[in-house]
Order: sequence, then structure tokens, then C-alpha cells
Amino acid sequence: MSWLRDWVALPEHTTGRELADALVRAGLEVETVESIGEGVGPLVVGRVVDFVDEPQKNGKIIRWCHLDVGAAQAPDTAPAPVAGRPVEPGVRGIICGAHNFAVGDLVVVGLPGTVLAGGFTLSSRKTYGHLSDGMICAEDELGIGSDHAGIIVLPPDAGLAPGDDPSAFLGLGDEVLDINVSPDMAYCMSIRGLAREAGQALGATFTDVVDRAVPAPVSAGHPVFLSDAAGSLFVALSVTGVEPGAVSPQWMQRRLTMAGMRPISLPVDITNYLMLEVGQPLHAYDATKLTGPIRVRKASAGESIVTLDDVRRTLDPDDLLIADDSGPIGIAGVMGGASTECDPSTTDILLEAAAFDPATISRSMRRHGLPSEASKRFERGTDPAAAYAAAHLAARYLVELGGGTLASEETVAGGVPAMPRQTLPVDLPSRILGVDVPAERVVSILRAGGVEVSGEGDAVLDLLPPTWRRDLRDPYDYVEEVGRKIGFDSIGSILPTPPAGRGLTREQQARRAINGALAANGFTELLTLPFASADDLDRLGLPADDPRRGVVRLANPLADTSPYLRSTLLPGLFAAVRRNTSRGNDDLALYESGSVFRAGDGAAAPVPGVAGRPSDEELAAIEAALPRQPRHLAAVLTGAWRPAGWDGPAEPASWKHAIAFAELAAEAAGVELRRRADEHAPFHPGRCAELLVAGEDGEELFGHAGELHPLVCRAFGLPARTAAVEVSLDVLLQVAPGPGSIAHLSQHPIAKEDVALVVDEAVSAGDVTNALVAGAGELLESVALFDIYRGSQIPAGSKSLAFALRFRAPDRTLKDAEIAAARDAAVAEASARLGAVQRA
Amino acid sequence: MSAENSQPGADALRPEAIEQLVTDALAAIAAADSTAALKDARLAHAGDRSPLALANRTIGSLAPADRKQAGQLLGAARGRVQQALAARAEQVEAEELTRTLAQEAVDVTLPVDLHPTGAIHPITGLIDLISDVFVGMGWEVAEGPELEAEWLNFDALNIGPDHPARGESDTLFVEPLSNHLVMRTHTSPVQARAMLTREPPIYIVCPGKVYRADEFDATHLPVFHQVEGLAIDKGISLAHLRGTLDHFAQAMFGAGLRTRMRPHYFPFTEPSAEVDLECFVCRGESVGNPDQPCRTCKSEGWIEWGGCGVVNPRVLRACGIDPDVYSGFAFGMGIDRTLMFRNNAADLRDLVEGDARFSRMLKGVAR
Repeated sequence: MSWLRDWVALPEHTTGRELADALVRAGLEVETVESIGEGVGPLVVGRVVDFVDEPQKNGKIIRWCHLDVGAAQAPDTAPAPVAGRPVEPGVRGIICGAHNFAVGDLVVVGLPGTVLAGGFTLSSRKTYGHLSDGMICAEDELGIGSDHAGIIVLPPDAGLAPGDDPSAFLGLGDEVLDINVSPDMAYCMSIRGLAREAGQALGATFTDVVDRAVPAPVSAGHPVFLSDAAGSLFVALSVTGVEPGAVSPQWMQRRLTMAGMRPISLPVDITNYLMLEVGQPLHAYDATKLTGPIRVRKASAGESIVTLDDVRRTLDPDDLLIADDSGPIGIAGVMGGASTECDPSTTDILLEAAAFDPATISRSMRRHGLPSEASKRFERGTDPAAAYAAAHLAARYLVELGGGTLASEETVAGGVPAMPRQTLPVDLPSRILGVDVPAERVVSILRAGGVEVSGEGDAVLDLLPPTWRRDLRDPYDYVEEVGRKIGFDSIGSILPTPPAGRGLTREQQARRAINGALAANGFTELLTLPFASADDLDRLGLPADDPRRGVVRLANPLADTSPYLRSTLLPGLFAAVRRNTSRGNDDLALYESGSVFRAGDGAAAPVPGVAGRPSDEELAAIEAALPRQPRHLAAVLTGAWRPAGWDGPAEPASWKHAIAFAELAAEAAGVELRRRADEHAPFHPGRCAELLVAGEDGEELFGHAGELHPLVCRAFGLPARTAAVEVSLDVLLQVAPGPGSIAHLSQHPIAKEDVALVVDEAVSAGDVTNALVAGAGELLESVALFDIYRGSQIPAGSKSLAFALRFRAPDRTLKDAEIAAARDAAVAEASARLGAVQRA
Repeated sequence: MSAENSQPGADALRPEAIEQLVTDALAAIAAADSTAALKDARLAHAGDRSPLALANRTIGSLAPADRKQAGQLLGAARGRVQQALAARAEQVEAEELTRTLAQEAVDVTLPVDLHPTGAIHPITGLIDLISDVFVGMGWEVAEGPELEAEWLNFDALNIGPDHPARGESDTLFVEPLSNHLVMRTHTSPVQARAMLTREPPIYIVCPGKVYRADEFDATHLPVFHQVEGLAIDKGISLAHLRGTLDHFAQAMFGAGLRTRMRPHYFPFTEPSAEVDLECFVCRGESVGNPDQPCRTCKSEGWIEWGGCGVVNPRVLRACGIDPDVYSGFAFGMGIDRTLMFRNNAADLRDLVEGDARFSRMLKGVAR
């Protein structure tokens, strides 16, 4: 915050939290507000008067020191002498474990009663044979850094004397705001931008660090050629005679550290410092390592570069390069090259401040996986008008702090591109924000943000955005700018009035009814991840031509073991069974409802422009390119459907419940299900039902249900006799009928007739039932199978099926003869179709 | 029986004798404590061969002048016996029913499970709940494919080819890349589809699965659920957005709750905002109040809920809607995250790991 205060005159009492709140209202996301060394103190400056190193039995060498901490803090009793030398009056005796200081150094001292980071309070204590009357502090003990390599030695020119409070110098009490800047506010990735926003939000005076404009092109300095449109500006300044190995001052290091950057060397620290302050990334080349003119160009095929991190990177023809006669010396805006890097012996430096096309930098950054503080700023767009000033500020620091000389010959290649003008109906902000913003207010807000406004008083304003606001393109961008500044809190709350609605669609209602029926009848819904492996398809035992083998593959799957989108819901449910049984849930009736994916014909989806609605043909081509993704419904059952209880033995979950699941779903949709035996993976060949529904063009396949094949159970690690079902919700919803009709209820008595029919084992109960229904005619109200007999009273290889037939007429009481005739007709049909013989 | 053996005659018709028979009968009836005993008493004292019945037969032997009185006496006597029988029968039946019912008592605390306990997944329940809130406002629920065309997922929504979200580190692409197909990264393509195929006004809410190339941990899932809303109409403003969000928040979390909009950036909307929900647990009481910490909002008073804004005119144009005539708003929030803070779910992984116990956690209206 002290850094921000350099550039915006915030009131003295403004706290970090208040500033954060103001910035949040302006659209910045303040993640945290941290106070440096909160609660730490009081501290005093001490001068090292005298010390002696004393080796200890544990191998450590401790230092017994005398410190002058000012007359006000003189101890009541003088400490023991150091190495027998006379004790100066007023000094304190302190034990210290560090050795990075000398007699005469100024250090930071905590006296008894001082609170350190972490809430530890110092006291006088007897240690290593001395009374230690305080402590010489390191950074981490004060909470201002992580350095514990040695204690803090204050610079002699800091203007501090023994007894002074060093807190302000150390930055104690300063506050650090961690701000997440959204892509449209790239200019806030700098102290400059934040100071401008803070000034506007809190009505404080803002001073622009950018103190000079970019001049007309000049090529007096190091020659630079811009040979690609993606490089629009390149400022090159030469500073010679910089003290080799110079380190940056503590105040600069502290600010860099607080901003999360590591101090490295004076040239690098200066470029980083100005990047943070101005928002303009800078690069420092060792000028002696440059060969010939600098060219900003695209890479040619096959070129490569060793970057600062000592990695050789193959370049893409789309990469924008900084190159000299030796070849590439940097990937523009992303990372510099190792060959021209500043090292501890560097004295002559060429400073680069440039402007690049954000999209080009973004692609390079991603291609090479090199997000950096610099590339993140270039990716979002820098202020080209700040580049020249930033380069000069850096040069000035190199001169002042590194003893260098700035060459008067400089190079400015390219210039600042013109910003796009835009018009704004002055009432648009009011209309879109839903709150009245007077025209004068709109104008003053935009001007405060650096926008040139003309046409004041007209219905439409003519606007030119400042160079740091590339995000201001459309009228709505300006609306947002006004919205941020008036504060979204001022926007009212009005419930819109849509046209009268029609509720859920029939499909949505049906899906809800199906879910409700399944859950109410004992099935538990799961959601699983929809990714699949090829192994799963093999383990299901799918034949080569099975449509479920037509899987869609992801180009960048999350796991190489599951690169496909699921084509069936079953493997996901099987994995859930394993997870549940491993957790002791043995009795399971699980289901999932979700999309499966089937590879299409491989057509590419067109990518039309965005200036207007694509043509119907283009939209149809997009639709056609999408693989089919039918909505499926599947269940898996294992263990007991009902566990053994006081009222009966256990009922194991079986193929029966799998079929019942499909029946429940169909019934909830108002659809009648037919089924017949089928052999279909992954099911037991003798215990699999093909499920059919009546569609417009005859019967349609709904799905399959039954007991799983024993080999499938083994392959997936499922309990024996696990049952499963998978059906297509889409097919079901397609054939679901419209509103049904309610027939008049007959009041006439019912006639009950039971028949037992002997049929071959191979004949299915479903076929016999269908035959009875067909034969009995209109008088039949219902038919129900109530018994199956196999045994000595009937021929071997046959079974007797007993059916209860119910007859009723809508208009009369049935006569015995009518009933008998209907019954006989039913039996006759079963005999004719299936050779059924009625048992006597 | 003694009555049968006694000599019928005038003696038996004496008032005292009749009274004695009635007394005997009433005593026998009163003593009968079961339906069977009462049947015996009925036979003995009111049957065809009971003393009163036999006495009745002897009336004819009296002098004609006495017959009437004797007949009246006997009739009254038999009436009293019948009444007593009926009354006793009612009592005995009630007593017997009471005894039977007592014997038939069951232990009503025995388990009565007809079938396993089923449940829909909490996410499904939350989607239904959210859909109902918007259907109640007259909106419609729109759906679309999860595997989507790149143009609909990005370009149409003003997310240009160089936008970072289109990188392989964020988006799951379908092979081959040249087919321009992705797993939708939000349900916004459903909105684009609605705008491309319908005439405004459009008021739709789009719940569904979305995909990100994200890690799989306690707070991230590669596949999760979003609900997005879109309103396109004449004269739509941010105030309508706020009104809709306020109503949504109150319907989901309680009356009187406020929302807060913070300016933000999304390509799809301009102006854009992040929407925060006033903490429905502490309602801000926990802010600066260390004695009453709130774990739902982490004592911040607000919960980050989603993103929203005015539909960018570039999006309207790409979807064939004239921004000079219509404006719109859109919003979106994570359903899984909403479940986390609304129902205290601690770990997102539980949502997709398939443990049946998780799905059964929320019951009925406690959903």
C-alpha cells in the first residue's frame, strides 16, 4: 500500500480493507489483505558496540554482543563484559546465533516485552552462561520475509540511529493486497493502473508514473527492425558502465518480495520493479553479447532457441522472435534467450521496452508452457504509450543505483497504434444498467478514466479510449465502465415479466416421473464420470460390430487409461458396485440416467463467422457433425433385494428386478413393454430379455435386461448373478403416448375362469399370455399367470401354466355360455399357436 | 329341564311364578360371559321349550276371563327377557371384541420395508428444485447436447479463437481436433441454440452437465453441473437481472435474502458481474464476530454464487438477434457447489464416486 501511496494521495487513515472494498466495487477481485508484521513490536535500532564468538559444547558458535540501543533503553544494570574488555555505559548484552554483522553495524533489536511474529513475547533470560537482555532480529521473526540466514543489518544511509524505531523503514504495518485482475482490466496489473482506480474510487489525486510520451521513431541507438506486424513498438536504450554484480537496494527488494517476486540482480530487479509499477515488461540484454541489429520477426521452420531457463525450445512459425545476426535471442514477450543474458560481470546493458500483439504472445506462451509475469501482461495487452517512459525510468535507476551512464543515442522503432473511436448513445448506460445516470455523470466518469469525450450535450457521444484501455471497444464496454464507477450496488431490483409459461415439457415431466417411480420403488440414483476405456468394452464381451464399440475419443483425455466417452452406462455402474461392496454396502439396486456417446460419420463441424447469424445450412451442418448422444437409463442389482427379515427369508436381487426396473420406467411414461428372450452382451445367454416398445413403425428396441454373463461378472469383479438393465430413454419418450382416455367403468358382475395349459418348456409364458388375450376377445378384462407346475402329472419336458381369466361386459351380465365360449376360444388360440393342451 | 317337567297349569301363570321365571332368566343372562354361554341362556330361557314358552301354552287352560291378564303378564315377561338378551348380547360381543383385539396386538416398531430404500441423486433433486423456481416464474427449461460444436460453445459466445479457455488445459476436445467438437464447458451453448432457433422474448433456464480439463479433488470435478439462465426481451436491464437473482436466492435459501453484484469480466456478457449471496445461515452476523464463526460463509457474510451480466451484443448478433431491438441478461452458477454450501457437502468427489449412501442422504423435502 505504501507503493500505491507513491502515486495516489490516499487519505492517511485509509486502511487496506477500505481500499480493498473500494477496489472490489470497481470490479477488482481482492483475494486477501495482509498486514506486514501485524502485532510485532516495539523494535529499536541497535548499534553493535562489541562482541565475542563463544564456541559451545553442542558445536554451535554463539555471539555475546554489546549493543547501544539508545539512552532511553539503557539497562538498569550493566551486562557482563565481553572478553574482559571494559563495558561501555548504557549498552545491553544480547546473545545472538547469527554471524552476518560486524562491530558498528546497525541492527534491529527486540527488547524484553517485544512481541515477535507468531505472538511470541521476549523476556530477559539466562542462556549460554549470559543474561541475554533482548534479541537481534531476522526477517522471519518480524514476519516481513522468510529469510532466516542471518539477522537484518540496516544500511548506514537509512537515516536511523540507535534507539530509533525501525518499523517504518522495515515496512512493518504496511499492507499487501492480493488482487486477481480480470482479463478486461489488464491495465490494473500495475501499481499505475491500481493507483488510477483507487484514486477514482476514493476521490484521491492520482499521479501518473508515465512522465513522457513515446517520441517519433528514431534510430540513433542500437539498430532495431520491426519486420512483423505483431511487433508494433520497440524502444532500445543503452546504459554502459554499470557496476558488475550490483545488488538492488533494500526498499526495492522489499517491494519485489511483497509482490511475490524474488530479488535477483540490480538489472533484473529494476526491470521487474518497473514492470510491477508501470505495467510494461522490460528486458535487459548484456549489450556485449548482441551481434548486429535486432530484428523482431516470426520464426522460420526448424529454428530453435535456448531460453533463460537453459531449455532448448523448437520454435513454431507463429512464434514472434527477437533476433540478431546470431539468430533468435528471445521469444518476444515470453522469455529471453540464454545467449544474451545479463550475468554478474555484465556492465553494458541494452534495455528493451516493446509492444506486441497480445494474441500472438498468448499463443506462444501456451505453446511453450511459459506463463510468466511478463507474458501474462503482454497476453492481456500492455499500454504501448508507457513503454518509452518505462525504459527511461529503468535507465535512470541503472544510472542512480548501478553507476551506469545512459547513452544519449536511443532507438524507437514503430509507434503507438491509434485507438478505435466509438460512439455511445448517452442514454445507453441508463437503459442497460437499469438506473438513471445523467449525461453529465456519464461524461465525467469516462473522462476520469482517461477517455476523450466529444459531442457533450448531444444524444450520442464520440469517444476515444486511452491507450491502456484496449478493452473499450463496444458501446456496452463503456456502459460497463459507467456501471463500475457508479457501483452495482446502486442498481435496483425489478422482476421481469416473461410471457405466460407452459411448464415443463412432456419429456421433462416424463423423465421426472420415471426418476420418481424408480426411486420410490427402491432404486438409488448415482452419477458417475462419463469416461470409458477400451478394456471396458472388451470385458463386456461386445462383438466387433456392436454399436457400443463406436466410441468417441477425446483428444486430451484426463487419464490416458480412459480416453473415450462412454457408449454404455454399465461399466460406470459396475465400478460403483465395486466401490460400494468394498465399503460394506452389499445389497445394491443402483441406477444412472445420462447421455452416452456414439461416434458419428466423422464430419467436421463448420466454424462460421460471428458477425451475424450463420446460415441454416451452416447450422444444419453443425448439427449433422455432432455424434449421437442418446439419453440412457441403466441399473445394476446385486446382493439382496430384500434382506432376510422377521417376516420372511431374503429375496435375492435377480434378473426379475432388472426387468421390473424397465417396466417401472415404461409404466411411468405410459408405455407398454414387450419382451422376449435374446442373446446379447453382457448378459447370460439364457437370462436376457430384449425389451420392446410399440412405436409408429412397429416395435422399437428399448433395451435389454437380465442376469449378467458369469464371465462379465468375473471380468468386472462383480458378485455372481449380478443383474443389470440398460434402456434408451430417448426411445421411450419418443413413443410415450399423449393424453389417455378414461373408459366408463362397467357395473356388471365379473366372471372368473381359471385355466391350466400344458406347453413345451421352450414356450414362453409371454407368448401363451398373448395367445390367450388374442383368443379371448373383447370380453376378457384381465389375464394373470398364477402358477407354474412341472412334475409327474404332465409329460417330461413340459410345464403347466395356470392363468386366471377375468371376463366382464360393459353393458350386461354375462351368461354362462358366453363365458365358456370366450374361455374356450382363448384356449383354442393357445393350442393353435403354441400346442397348448388344457389340463383336465 | 325342570320347567319342562313341571306341570303346566294355572299355578304357573300366577304373577309370582312368572316373576320368578323372569328373575331366573335375567340371572342366567347376566351370568353368561360369552357368546356360547349366552346362546345356552337364550335356549333355556327364551327358547321354544323354555318355562316361559311352556307357560304360554297353558293360557288356554285358564278361564276365558283370566286369559287376557295372563297373556299380558307373560308377554311382558318374555319381552323383558328378550331385551335383557339383546342388551347382554351387545355387551358380550363388545367384551369379546376387546379381548380379541388385545390378543391380536402386534409390535408396531418392527421393520416394515417393502423394498429397498431408493433415492434420486441430490444433484437431480436440486436441478428439479431450481427448475421449479423458474417454471414458477413462467420460464422454460431448455436442454442441449453435452458434446457440442466448438462454434456454439465458444465463437458464438464471443470467446475468440485465442481465448485462454479454449486451451487444452481447460477444455476437453474431441478427436480429431479438425472436427471442431468439444465437451461443452458450460451450458451456455444451450442459450445460443435457443437464440438461434426462437424468436424473442426468450426466458429459459438451462441445467446440465459440463466438462473441464480440471483436476479431481475435494473442490474440483472434471464433470459437474451448472444452471444458466437467459432472458432476451425488449428493455431488459441489469435491474431485471438483479430482480431475478433476488427471487431465485430467496426461493432457494429463504425470504429476505439479498444478492450482491461485483463487476467482473466474462466474454459472454458486458457489463459482467459476479453474484454473491447473502449468507443464509448467519445473515452477516458472523462478520467481525469471532465468537460466532460461520462455516458456511467463512464469516465473510457473503457466499460467491456465480457469474452474470448483460448479454454482449456481439453474442446477440452472432445468434441472429438484433441488439438494437432486444437486450438480455444471463447468469450461471455451479449446482454442485450450490449443493456443497446449501447442504453442507464437504467433498465434491462424493458426488460422482457412486456410494449409494450419499444419494440417500437427502430425503423428501429436506432436499
